[in-house]
Amino acid sequence: MPTFAGYVARRLLAGVVVLWGAATVTFVALHRVGGDPVDAVVGPGVSPTPSLRRQITEEYGFDQPLIVQYGRWLGRLLGGDLGRSYQLGRPVSAVLADQVRPTCALALSAVLLAGVLAVVTALATAGRGRLVRGLVSGAELAVVSLPSFWVGLLALTFLSFRWHLFPVAGDQGFAALVLPAVTLALPVAGVLAQVLRQSLDEALTQPFVLTVRTRGVPEALVLARHALRHAAIPVVTLAGWVVGSLLGGAVLIETVFARPGLGRVLLAAVGSRDTPVVAAIVLLSAAAFTCANLLVDLVCPALDPRLRTAPATRRTPPMPVTVAKETPA
Amino acid sequence: MTAPTRTEPAATGRRARTPLVEIAKLRVDFGTGGRRVRAVDAVDLSVAPGECLALVGESGSGKSVTARALVGLAGPRAHVSCDRMLVDGRDATRFDARAWRGVRGRRIGFVLQDALVSLDVLRTVGAEVAEPLRTHAVVPRGRVHTRVLDLLADAGIPDPARRVRQYPHQLSGGLRQRALIASALAAEPALLIADEPTTALDVTVQAQILDLLADKRAGGMGLLLISHDLAVVSRVADRVAVMRDGVIVEQGPAARVLTQPEHPYTRLLLAAVPSGRTRGRRLSPGPDDTRPEEPTHTPRPGSDPTSVTGPRRTRPAHRDTPLVEAHAVGRSFTDADGSVRDAVREFAVTIHPGEAVGLVGESGSGKTTAARLLLGLVTPDTGTVRFDGRPWSTMPERARRPLRRRLQVITQDPLGSFDPRWSVGRLLGEALGTVGVRRGAARRERTVDLLLRVGLAADHLGRRPATLSGGQRQRVAIARALATEPQVLVCDEPVSALDVSVQAQVLDLLADLRESHGLALLFISHDLGVVHHVCDRVLVMHDGRVVEQGDVDRVFADPEHAYTRTLLHALPGRDLGPGASPAPPPPPPGVAADFLSFRRTDR
Repeated sequence: MPTFAGYVARRLLAGVVVLWGAATVTFVALHRVGGDPVDAVVGPGVSPTPSLRRQITEEYGFDQPLIVQYGRWLGRLLGGDLGRSYQLGRPVSAVLADQVRPTCALALSAVLLAGVLAVVTALATAGRGRLVRGLVSGAELAVVSLPSFWVGLLALTFLSFRWHLFPVAGDQGFAALVLPAVTLALPVAGVLAQVLRQSLDEALTQPFVLTVRTRGVPEALVLARHALRHAAIPVVTLAGWVVGSLLGGAVLIETVFARPGLGRVLLAAVGSRDTPVVAAIVLLSAAAFTCANLLVDLVCPALDPRLRTAPATRRTPPMPVTVAKETPA
Repeated sequence: MTAPTRTEPAATGRRARTPLVEIAKLRVDFGTGGRRVRAVDAVDLSVAPGECLALVGESGSGKSVTARALVGLAGPRAHVSCDRMLVDGRDATRFDARAWRGVRGRRIGFVLQDALVSLDVLRTVGAEVAEPLRTHAVVPRGRVHTRVLDLLADAGIPDPARRVRQYPHQLSGGLRQRALIASALAAEPALLIADEPTTALDVTVQAQILDLLADKRAGGMGLLLISHDLAVVSRVADRVAVMRDGVIVEQGPAARVLTQPEHPYTRLLLAAVPSGRTRGRRLSPGPDDTRPEEPTHTPRPGSDPTSVTGPRRTRPAHRDTPLVEAHAVGRSFTDADGSVRDAVREFAVTIHPGEAVGLVGESGSGKTTAARLLLGLVTPDTGTVRFDGRPWSTMPERARRPLRRRLQVITQDPLGSFDPRWSVGRLLGEALGTVGVRRGAARRERTVDLLLRVGLAADHLGRRPATLSGGQRQRVAIARALATEPQVLVCDEPVSALDVSVQAQVLDLLADLRESHGLALLFISHDLGVVHHVCDRVLVMHDGRVVEQGDVDRVFADPEHAYTRTLLHALPGRDLGPGASPAPPPPPPGVAADFLSFRRTDR
């Protein structure tokens, strides 16, 4: 019997499966890269003696069959142990704990900013004339297409170096967050605004909007009270994907703005083949992705009552079948 | 007429009954420059308090656009102009957006067809009904909720306290439509514009809605009813305006227009309405079709193009061996909440070659499930279905599949049953392929042949379903069904979405196919007139059971079961058309009172 609790339980279970899959793929990929893991442990530029090599191999269990290594690794993961960083010599969890906060601050502010920008531009331009929409749509396309590192560099050049409006680098307070967050948010806002406006326009053609207008409701309320909620569902679905994709953006942004954070740690770890750190960050982003989508799956029924009574696996509600009435258009 | 000044309506005198809305020479164009299309041309109309004007016409005739122009909502691409437009005696051509908003909902209420898409499905019924109250501040905020409950109760919705918190999709079609009407009536408009308010509703529900509207009119409300259903119009309207291609071709008192029509188009519309009286006759005129976009018919020997209805058909004689035999078939389904529902119980039917068997009943009565059982798409829990003397329902699918071509189906919505990316030629070619017609010249020839048989032409081959009109689509669906040369055609509401003249053509086509090919029909419809016209025998279903069956004339003239009588009584406009008997329907028997006096019992 499908109940809401059962729906949530199924979603959670699916999330666990996704995480396990991500862990497995990460493990396999990192062990398929090739090269001797011992070299990764001792670091570049050092040639270990055979005895040290043997000692490391035994300590890390590199001589065990792959399946055994996988089992042990998975077992440690379940126990919450992410391993030790080869390069930094500290527990991975401690490394991440230091770096999670700035990245979260960056990602969350970017998401919020992108959401607000998208809603404002979409509401302001939905149902408008072709000129306004063409201009705004072109601007959105531009911010989506421009590489964010380039936008970031431009922003730094003018706003920081020339006009000294914002700090150049670092993680000191809110002012330092503005440029990175805007740079990260712009392409996301562009995509969300495009989708939101399209679904707003779609909603505005529905017969219920005509009903609302015949009640004498002002156009601003038609948009905000009725159409926005209909249009929000595809956007919320997309937002789940956006959260997952932000980490990739964070790698670039943190490098350009010289901010501390997971992105830079990831970059360094990949460069030095610091396997435990890379695996942990991949898992963390998979977890973030899963959580975001779980949230989406919970928000969508809140937006659309039709999804509450029959929790279906699909997220978008069935479009009402519009009988093609031959009215002159 | 009064000049567009703001004179007090009382000054002209109450007895003169200032029209609630009056419009002269309304023109509506769509598009710009050279591609301008005139949707409405020189339309004059007015509605007085307590009066019902019905605007009648087929899809695309401009009815809806006219109605929307009356509330200033013809759309951003519409160019509206008129010589005079008065709302409450005020000049509406000078209204700005704010003045229009004051009129909408407050002075003129608007009800659209199909409440599921006309209500905001993401908001509760209560929020929707409350919206006009809040918008126009009709009652103080604190009293909105109680007012909404009153409005829902007035609209005949039982248990309003529960319904007010529900969402449109949780309500049945009839309740939804009543909620929509309640929201349109919330701010007590002087005029209600109802655009196809009862289309797609069951007859008993339709009767309830029409009663509700009649009640409101008795209270002085004006009603502009837009409908393609002449039966509904005949029951409700004081005056009728018949619209065609954006022009009102005839306007006058309902009794006169519907019984002694002057314009040929009105006569055509009336003649196309199927009923018991039209049995065995053609509904559509001959090759001189009045709708240019519809194709010409295949020439029929014996059809008389001068008379509106053709000669009476001869019915094919039945052979003795039945094609389809169902015996005590039952099927239940488990609902989402875990409860088990008997969709069909103890269903039995026999269909002989060339016979047309009707299946009537309201939505949810099990008609479609019964059809799916016969088609072998649903396995019965109990009972058996035999096809052509062989066990059908118990046959393994592998053995049944080669025989399926002999049983075909057409549905209400052919568009949904087509792949929208496929051309007509490919759709028909696929069906021919399943019966072994090879690709190439032979298949193409057969495809064209099929199109000709349903009254289409070879130039439709390359068209996609979306570019066809409703009637053409249904013809393609029939052509596809005929591709496999079936013996039985199951028609599930085949004409419900069609205009009356197109419906007439499709019904004539089905009758022709019966005659020429001995095709047997299982004809499912909620339209009793259509069933009476088409069928030899009829089965009346209610709550999954067949409550009555027999010869169609006998059942409709002398129903035995109380439910059949209820259905027939709820049927509007039984005295329609030229030469109709003016006798009113008999008073309802005991059971009918439960259905028809719902407002009095539920209040």
